[in-house]
Amino acid sequence: MLIYNRMVVDTLADEQADRVFHALADATRRDILVRTLAGQHSVSALARHYPMSFAAVQKHVAVLEGAGLVIKQRKGREQLVRGKVDTMQKATRLLEQLEAIWTDRIDRMGDMLAGERNGGTTP
Amino acid sequence: MTVTSIRKDPEALTMTITAELGATIERAWQLWADPRQLERWWGPPTYPATVVDHDLAPGGKVTYFMTGPEGDQHHGWWEVLAVDPPKRLELKDGFADDSGTPNDAMPVTITVVTLAERDGGGTVMAIESRFPSLAAMEQLVSMGMEEGMAAAMGQIDAILAEGATTL
Repeated sequence: MLIYNRMVVDTLADEQADRVFHALADATRRDILVRTLAGQHSVSALARHYPMSFAAVQKHVAVLEGAGLVIKQRKGREQLVRGKVDTMQKATRLLEQLEAIWTDRIDRMGDMLAGERNGGTTP
Repeated sequence: MTVTSIRKDPEALTMTITAELGATIERAWQLWADPRQLERWWGPPTYPATVVDHDLAPGGKVTYFMTGPEGDQHHGWWEVLAVDPPKRLELKDGFADDSGTPNDAMPVTITVVTLAERDGGGTVMAIESRFPSLAAMEQLVSMGMEEGMAAAMGQIDAILAEGATTL
């Protein structure tokens, strides 16, 4: 399984890694991530830390959210942002890897059976 | 062959994949029951599997190793929990060391395979994979993250360390 995980990581997690790297390529986003891993903050509270508009900060939060690094939760009129390195995320990622492993295996089974139907010499 | 459904349940730590096979149930069973056929689909082409022991009886063991592009060998084992040919196979799937001895420090997964004749011909195969605990799952995840994600995670660690000094 370790090997499959590695292989799957090559393809599946590449995209995720791209999103993570892109999200972390910006100093403001890195700062937002650090703050939200330490505790929950509303977007407006975060916005006060940076010399930019609320909308710009909101955009940064959206990029972090797209990379799976933070989650947003609505509480009353506020959007609370929290850094996300939780077990559910890990569980989902592992199940995705398993899915890819078994999809490949089932493809290979299908190729074997199709070869026989086409008059191949497989046992 | 068509994968007809995939269900993932992160809370139950379970993934179920269902496929339709263009073969009779007896033929489909041989994909599991014949070690020479098993080794043709278990490992990816770059890591072909060689099955050593293959005893599909309750309590029986299947042992195998996969050979990588560098000649590296990776050993694994199944323990058969239940078997009802050609309909059902339940097994534990784990890692082994280089001599093929099960590595108890590594997590195992439970896999349940069910085969059923499909109306109108063919066979429906369902494979359910379940992790015994979240801890086992996390261990596998952290192993799987060695490449791609490891770099990203390393970067996160670096950022956190940096943050700790500036906040």
